[in-house]
Amino acid sequence: MAKKGKKVEITSRRRFFTDIAYSAGLATMGGLLWAGYTQKAKSSPLTLRPPAALEEKDFLKLCIKCGLCAEACHNRPSNIDRDTGKPKKSTLKMAKAEDNVTIGTPFFTPRDVPCYMCDDIPCVTVCPSEALDITKVTNKKTGELDFKMMDMGLAVVDSNSCIAFWGIQCDACYRACPLMDKAIKLEYDRNERTGKHAFLKPVVSMYDCTGCGMCENACVTEKAAIFVLPREIALGRPGDHYVKGWDKKDQQRVANRVDKDITTHDKRSAKKPEDYLNRELEY
Amino acid sequence: MGMNRRDFLKSSAAAAAASAVGISIPAELSAAATQAEQGWRWDKAPCRFCGTGCGIMLATENGKIVAVKGDPAAPVNRGLNCIKGYFNAKIMYGADRLKTPLLRMNDKGEFDKHGKFKPVSWKRAFDEMEKHIRKALKESGPEGVAVFASGQYTIMEGYAAQKMMKAGFRSNAFDPNARHCMASAVVGFYQTFGIDEPSGCYDDIELTDTVVSWGSNMAEMHPILWSRVSDRKLSNPDKVKVVNITTYRTRSSDLADFEIIFRPNTDLALWNYIAHEIVYNHPEAIDWDFVKQHIVFAVGPVNIGYGMRRKGEKSLTPERPDGSAGKYSAKEMEIIRKEMAKKVSDREGPALEPYGYKSGDEMKNTPGTLKHWMIGFEEYKKSLAPYTLDYVAPLVKGDPDEDLEAFKKKLKDLVALYVEKDRKVVSFWTMGMNQHTRGSWDNTLSYNVHFLLNKQAKPGNGAYSLTGQPSACGTAREVGTFAHRLPADMMVKNPKHRKIAEKKWQIPEGTLNPVGNQHIMKIHRDIEDGVVKFAWVNVCNPYQDSASARHWIKAAREMDNFIVTSDGYPGISAMVSDLVLPSAMIYEKWGAYGNAERRTQHWRQQVIPVGQAMSDTWQWVELSKRFTVDDLWGPYTLRNGKKLPDVRKAAYKMGYKPDTTMFEILYANDRAKKYKIDLNSFPQKGYDNSECLGDARNVVGSDGKVFKGYGFMLHQYLWEEYAWFGRGHGHDLADFVTYHKVRGLKWPVVNGKETFWRFNTKYDPYAAKHAKEAGLKDFAFYGPLAKKLAHGDLKGIKDKKKTSLANKAKIFARPYMDPPEVPDKEYDTWLCTGRVLEHWHSGTMTMRVPELFRAVPEALCYMNPKDAKARGLKNGDLVWVESRRGKVKVRIETRGRNRPSRGLVFVPWFDERVLINKVTLDATCPMSKQTDYKKCAVKIYKA
Repeated sequence: MAKKGKKVEITSRRRFFTDIAYSAGLATMGGLLWAGYTQKAKSSPLTLRPPAALEEKDFLKLCIKCGLCAEACHNRPSNIDRDTGKPKKSTLKMAKAEDNVTIGTPFFTPRDVPCYMCDDIPCVTVCPSEALDITKVTNKKTGELDFKMMDMGLAVVDSNSCIAFWGIQCDACYRACPLMDKAIKLEYDRNERTGKHAFLKPVVSMYDCTGCGMCENACVTEKAAIFVLPREIALGRPGDHYVKGWDKKDQQRVANRVDKDITTHDKRSAKKPEDYLNRELEY
Repeated sequence: MGMNRRDFLKSSAAAAAASAVGISIPAELSAAATQAEQGWRWDKAPCRFCGTGCGIMLATENGKIVAVKGDPAAPVNRGLNCIKGYFNAKIMYGADRLKTPLLRMNDKGEFDKHGKFKPVSWKRAFDEMEKHIRKALKESGPEGVAVFASGQYTIMEGYAAQKMMKAGFRSNAFDPNARHCMASAVVGFYQTFGIDEPSGCYDDIELTDTVVSWGSNMAEMHPILWSRVSDRKLSNPDKVKVVNITTYRTRSSDLADFEIIFRPNTDLALWNYIAHEIVYNHPEAIDWDFVKQHIVFAVGPVNIGYGMRRKGEKSLTPERPDGSAGKYSAKEMEIIRKEMAKKVSDREGPALEPYGYKSGDEMKNTPGTLKHWMIGFEEYKKSLAPYTLDYVAPLVKGDPDEDLEAFKKKLKDLVALYVEKDRKVVSFWTMGMNQHTRGSWDNTLSYNVHFLLNKQAKPGNGAYSLTGQPSACGTAREVGTFAHRLPADMMVKNPKHRKIAEKKWQIPEGTLNPVGNQHIMKIHRDIEDGVVKFAWVNVCNPYQDSASARHWIKAAREMDNFIVTSDGYPGISAMVSDLVLPSAMIYEKWGAYGNAERRTQHWRQQVIPVGQAMSDTWQWVELSKRFTVDDLWGPYTLRNGKKLPDVRKAAYKMGYKPDTTMFEILYANDRAKKYKIDLNSFPQKGYDNSECLGDARNVVGSDGKVFKGYGFMLHQYLWEEYAWFGRGHGHDLADFVTYHKVRGLKWPVVNGKETFWRFNTKYDPYAAKHAKEAGLKDFAFYGPLAKKLAHGDLKGIKDKKKTSLANKAKIFARPYMDPPEVPDKEYDTWLCTGRVLEHWHSGTMTMRVPELFRAVPEALCYMNPKDAKARGLKNGDLVWVESRRGKVKVRIETRGRNRPSRGLVFVPWFDERVLINKVTLDATCPMSKQTDYKKCAVKIYKA
């Protein structure tokens, strides 16, 4: 049951982290990482893959670069321009040399065209190689496709440049979010400066955000203040030795921890006790 | 609802740090330009967009607006803005600004209705306008010359246009888009208080314990006010309650403790239910001292139709056997026939019983009337008898999937909030209650509840109508840019009021036309009937914003008429027109707006307009040069047989000559010339003034010569003359210069002080004065309109003798009634239209701000996922939304910001490519003539 195993892996990865993943520092960090990685990898680690894509290294092994997913995305009925009757620029593109993505593989850039999370997920159903793994977006109980299970990345808010954090009543990202009030919620906060207004700040829930990028696409700042990063880039990892006592769900976060030697090692514990003790103390 | 999801408690720990009113501005914020801003000139102005009236600061550099900031000194917004206000700096600089007049012409350069638009000079433009106005006057008289006016005019523009239309052309075919926006609120104010505009102010938000939103998605439409409501909620989350009463789930439900989803139009029943509960089940909550001293009870006829076309009108003739009539299809006539008569439905039957109708009766409708008469409390009580919980709950419940018992509990909870002693309550509403075929009723019903409880016109207490447009109050309502109005709540039909205006304007007695019935939908209908031959669109987009739009577009394009549009950008109305004029936009001219809390705010011209664009004021004043006393002031016979007298001789007696122009009489007169140009002192020093001085562009004007300016301070003249009308009558405005020093003032401004709560003797000097005279203590509802009434019962007048009700307000008996078009088997879904936060009205400005375009590039049809599934539709599919009147192709959105219940879809109207007003119905409140954009019946199928 390889497929099932992968599903579990994704879930466990999700469970590792805290509920809300917004931070001032993330934008800068992402930028630094990008600079570091692009030297080595063919695909930028910031590449966003189609829905239900396997982990990058497995995805690259299985993707046969056939382009069927991008074609399905282009030709879906919901991509028809109302005025011309012809397909618009579609979400999924096949990488060219200048894209900084492994050539011929599908990816998307939400600031240009986000993923609209089609109910029938045509890009995944058409994949002949399981590089896009349909089980990752199939509800196990009903057997139906569920766009809410998509997992392209995670939206991150740069609260320095997000104008909602200035007190502007914006929240364009929140209203653009197809999982409004789940993936993006508003956090209300009093504006002590004015004494009578509230901040309505967008915050992203890592559990619900699929990384579709509707928020990044809608963001009204010159360079988007909310943007989608692959989860591996966007998220930290608090460790599995501590469980939030105030959060029942947090127990699940460590449920899939790998059973490993729990002995801790650092400089202080490097010596055997007797070696330590047999050292004469200077006085 | 939202409360539990929100982290309110955390935030509220820091509560009460800053007091709500009178916070001080940190020095660094009010300081002048910093190092980084050197070379930028900062000056204050109001935001261009909604009725909230936020203050902004504009930075200009090299003759262009380069930046904007929220004005920290502005009491409304304290330096904040919404997403539209944030982009004020960009709204004037779309690449396709109109820069020169454009006329439809043939190859020979002649005007041709079927020609293509080509650039012409201002002179040619005015030549064509003059020619077509003369033709219209000749063929139809003053009723043939019309203006689609605006609640987005500056106050001075509106006043200038009003003078030329009413005094010059003697035409009352002059009505604003504000008719679509606030007219029902106005009738509510007139009928209840005898004077227009809210008693309260925005400080009510900080002072109340309860915000009940009725048909108002404040979270998107008044975002800065909503952030104040949110802050109030955070300040005391357990005590402060927020309720959202709406026909579909909106973003305003987010903050709400609970939401009530009601079936369209049944807000009438809901208000009556609250009153029923007070009167029958919580009589102890009634403040009888207040009611006896300050309130009378009243009622009017109920068979007033729906403001649609009536039998016999030219475009409804002839009637054909297939059911069609004139220019209207058989399908359309299915609804229009209800204007003449209708069958009382089972839903409305019980509510109409006290008025003498029962389910199944035929109700014969007469045209809408403002007529009403006094009744006793027992009659009023009788009118409330039907509104038991068991009648109201199933009638009102708008979500078919909601449990009836759970819904009943919410209704009871709502009543509990209103009646709780010492709980302060503000009921806000906007278009849901105004754009309503019983909008005037709905407005009066809101005051009923607040009056019974003595929760009106007090800090933190009151029913409060929020305005949509930035100067619907300041210009449309206060200046009176309506068919029936004159400045300061005066009416064209009142001979005394006409006389006052004629005297002030120094025009002969009898000049003003007493028949003011050409409201904005009537202007469209009169164009279709061939009566209006010339129409001028000012700061308005009537061919996108009017319901049943296909009729009006067809009439404009195919009939013998001349349509002119003045605008900053090309939009649908310009496209439908014959002549397009480039207008200066907001910060390219001096101006003033008035917001929804009676706050008047002025600004100076910040930059010179683009291209050859000139302000609408200039366009009106230039047009006035083309018409003389003899051209306009001869005799006319109106359609209804009424005669407008020949006032030329009277004019000569006043010293005017046959060829004296309207320019000399109305604008460049001796009074005006006293307002001098003074570039050495405040506020003129350092600022452009394109109308009065000309400007560096050397625009070639209406006479073919370079326009060098009028040479006097026209804006100040228009302001001061206009302000005269209200001073001493409860509408007092400060002088021109004062407004340039302050962040707006809430009128009446008496002895330099603004008024926070009207009618309340503690706060309103007029109330204090009237109360003293009448021996009253706490309140005086001193509004002068409709303050003498006959007596009767719910069914009619019994005693014609009129009683004075000076200083009293009214509680009205108004029943629930169905709207004229209700979903049926074929057209099975309610359609509601409205706005989105990102776009302003018809989108002509905001769709040209790339960031806002990107955020919301197209209008979507918000639909319940179950409705989509039942029709075999997927999210993002293109569908046809089709009514009896037309159809549009639109993409469905089942996961969007608006979450309708089954049976209703919402389509915003900002996107001209989704011209939803081809689908909507031009039924109006028959009293206010305001269109109901919130409900009609449609079918939806895959495109």
